Amino acid sequence: MSKQMPKRSNEPVFWALFGAGGVLAAFVLPALILITGLAGPMGVPSADVLSYQRVSAFAASWPGAFFLFLVISLSLWHAFHRIYHALHELGVHRGLPVVRVLCYGVALAGTLLTAFLLAAG
Amino acid sequence: MAARRPYVRPMAGWWRRNPFYIFYMLRESTAVFVALYALQLLYGLYMLSIGEAAFDTWLASLQHPLYLVFHTVALAAALLHAFTWFNVAPKAMPVLYLGTRRVADRTIVWVQFLFFFVISAAMIGLALGG
Repeated sequence: MSKQMPKRSNEPVFWALFGAGGVLAAFVLPALILITGLAGPMGVPSADVLSYQRVSAFAASWPGAFFLFLVISLSLWHAFHRIYHALHELGVHRGLPVVRVLCYGVALAGTLLTAFLLAAG
Repeated sequence: MAARRPYVRPMAGWWRRNPFYIFYMLRESTAVFVALYALQLLYGLYMLSIGEAAFDTWLASLQHPLYLVFHTVALAAALLHAFTWFNVAPKAMPVLYLGTRRVADRTIVWVQFLFFFVISAAMIGLALGG
């Protein structure tokens, strides 16, 4: 490799995950938060909205598991990429390995844990 | 070394001095709620994997007023994220052509809003109606 070649950045990988997560979050998170955070716990319109039978059947189905995996993992990659860069505005500068490892580490751990729970359950 | 002390403009709180930057930081802060909600969903999935009793405990805990406040704020954050995301999409994506005509930015924005309403209505209909 020539000495003039700049070190290739890995930013495009994280930016792609940020972008994919941003699109998915924009389209599905408002409705999903309304369902799982407000209507389900409050039992509106009925107590079965988030019943164990319904939710476990959804998570056990292929489309349901795929949906949950994409929503949880891509939301985490999206959010932690954004937090990582926004921390710079608050004086926590990027390039600090500990910040990078913490942000992307949580996203990676969440992705692996989601995949494990969906595959095992 | 101590003799030279160049002036460095203090940067603390820079974004609070201009409404444009306050909105920018508000937009970026939606990520905090997206992350917390995703982790909360992951925790629910973990409780689901343990069994029915654990899952019901999780669902009952979400009835706590603090959780309802959290989800209301998260809903507002998700809506702000969606609104700002759809609006910057034409600036972030490659120029789109339909035949030889360039698709206008505002068309790209409203088509996304249309999809957003269709997807949201379908999800809410399936979850709450079925």
